[in-house]
Amino acid sequence: MRHTPQTLFDKLWSSHQIAQREDGAALLFVDRHFVHEGSFHGFSQVKSRGRKVAEPALTFGIADHYVPTHDRDKPIANPEIAEMVRKLERNTADNNVALFGLRDPRQGIVHVVGPEQGLTLPGLLIVCGDSHTSTHGAFGTYAFGIGASEVAHVLMTQTLWQKKPKRMRINVEGDAGIGIAAKDIALAIIARIHADGAQGHAIEYAGSAIRALSMEGRLTLCNMSIEGGGRCGMVAPDETTFAYIEGRPYAPMGEAFARAIEDWSKLPTDAGAEFDREVTLDAASIAPIVTWGTTPDDALPIDARAPDPSRETDETRAAYIRGALDYMGLKPGMKLTDVVIDRVFIGSCTNARIEDLRAAAAVLSGRTSKVPGLVSPGSSLVKQQAEQEGLDRIFKDAGLEWVESGCSMCVGINGDLVPEGERCASTTNRNFRGRQGRGARTHLMSPAMVAAAAVTGHLADVRPLLAGREV
Amino acid sequence: MDKFTRLTAKACPLMRQNIDTDQILPARFLKWPRDKGLGSVLFTDIRTDAGGNDLADFPLNRPAWRNARVLIAGRNFGGGSSREAAVYAVYDYGFRCVIAPSFGDIFAQNSVKNGLLTAALPEAEVTELAAAIEADPAREVTVDLQQQTITCGNRSYTFTIDPVSRNQLLNGWDDVDLTGSYRAQVEAFRARDRQARPWAALDR
Repeated sequence: MRHTPQTLFDKLWSSHQIAQREDGAALLFVDRHFVHEGSFHGFSQVKSRGRKVAEPALTFGIADHYVPTHDRDKPIANPEIAEMVRKLERNTADNNVALFGLRDPRQGIVHVVGPEQGLTLPGLLIVCGDSHTSTHGAFGTYAFGIGASEVAHVLMTQTLWQKKPKRMRINVEGDAGIGIAAKDIALAIIARIHADGAQGHAIEYAGSAIRALSMEGRLTLCNMSIEGGGRCGMVAPDETTFAYIEGRPYAPMGEAFARAIEDWSKLPTDAGAEFDREVTLDAASIAPIVTWGTTPDDALPIDARAPDPSRETDETRAAYIRGALDYMGLKPGMKLTDVVIDRVFIGSCTNARIEDLRAAAAVLSGRTSKVPGLVSPGSSLVKQQAEQEGLDRIFKDAGLEWVESGCSMCVGINGDLVPEGERCASTTNRNFRGRQGRGARTHLMSPAMVAAAAVTGHLADVRPLLAGREV
Repeated sequence: MDKFTRLTAKACPLMRQNIDTDQILPARFLKWPRDKGLGSVLFTDIRTDAGGNDLADFPLNRPAWRNARVLIAGRNFGGGSSREAAVYAVYDYGFRCVIAPSFGDIFAQNSVKNGLLTAALPEAEVTELAAAIEADPAREVTVDLQQQTITCGNRSYTFTIDPVSRNQLLNGWDDVDLTGSYRAQVEAFRARDRQARPWAALDR
């Protein structure tokens, strides 16, 4: 019997489909549901219906969005923030849901902790009330962010109604140069397809440059899928994936692990499978990238100049550029390397894993930051590992603050804000207006590029700073 | 949830591209409970100055559009975060329909769950519609979900929305009740799935 060749996404979809309605919506089974402080809206809906969490064993609470990054040993000073953390503790306890809470040694950012604990596996469907849930796609997982109503639905039923997205493959072929990180690849893709380019699509990242990425790099890449408009992005599982998973606390072991690898090895897209859209990039042509404006597709190579609206023929586009330059406090046509920064932030679900910290430390080692900044590891376990490797000393010696793990200055709701009018070189995912605080100006880039900006005091090409160093 | 069938109301053009969820509702308001109402802080950082005073040239602040119930926006409205509170803010303010060339996927999904219609029109038609309303701010538009049309004066546009979202808005379905009627299918799936994917289970 001949089968129609299937994509990775098709296989993930069909293995989770419980039923399909006439209008095309499918009821899907959810394997893992992560909740955080912001999930209180979902829990409120569950409570108001007099219901309980249907599958507590498949639900995991993680405190990350509101947790303080300073003075963890003391009570949380801000009563509203303290209440957000307490609500998560109450909601999970009332429903018998496991919690990686504020003082748990495994605490961290949900999209770092899931993979680290072996909760994220190939072939699973994972949801969380956070748009960067796309991160988990790095394992060949169907993972996407959901809103509060969907969170409530999953809590009550462990299922979700979805319409099947179209399939898009992004191929990145060839070898990326020295100093080029997964973040540069992600920003290059978003600049190419635009912030809404993958709307309505499930992305599969493929090609030799993707295969060459570590799990940390794939996590960064999939994390940024939503910034290109894709609710999910994924990489087919391979030996790199299996090696990462082996021995993690919640991962299958022994014979179960062997059976799993056998099944997971069948997940990659079949030869000849069709995609609704394909995009191909040449890895060798990607330079270190920074954003200049207020959406992630406002991304340019570091040696470029800010756009000049007077040279735009499309008036809507020109108006957008004028507005973005004004908000960012940049002059039309100025060299990006002339953009002087006020602070740096190394952290977030995008770029705070151990490799990210090593990449930043490789640049900062023996050097001093010209601006203040925060380094917040992706999880408490990443923090511990970094300290064992002596990375904390490098950051502190450079003059940066080494703090606890959480979403921190990526979204600022724990109080770690960029002051109004200040400019921050940031390893995060969104340069939206007001994202890091009202009037804050965010430039997105890789951890090594943030380190280069810290050392020079302006946006800078990291490559000359890597000369003679081990990276 | 509330159904959406047909609406005739004033429309406010907010013709900027990429109005993301952080502009719709800044993160500091995500702590607010639903029953507090989020309409008062919709677009707050782009609608007011640092002192909290309304910016006169922001379309929502113009007297003619104060009671608009349709919002017309540029490409990629609601891109970004999964925060459903961004939809609560749009809805609580009084809007029942947003017309734009494209929407963030999660925002559009959250909208359906709250009875807010996201109607997609080609960019040129959105621009034309916004211009017609700029020229005559008191003019009303009629949005008909059954017909998938937007009518303004003697012009009529056909908008796109996926059939699943359209069905849900027209019927005002409650997802949880609907899913309850699939109990047998869920049980059958789980029995099959335990054999097919033993490594996916987590037993504590």
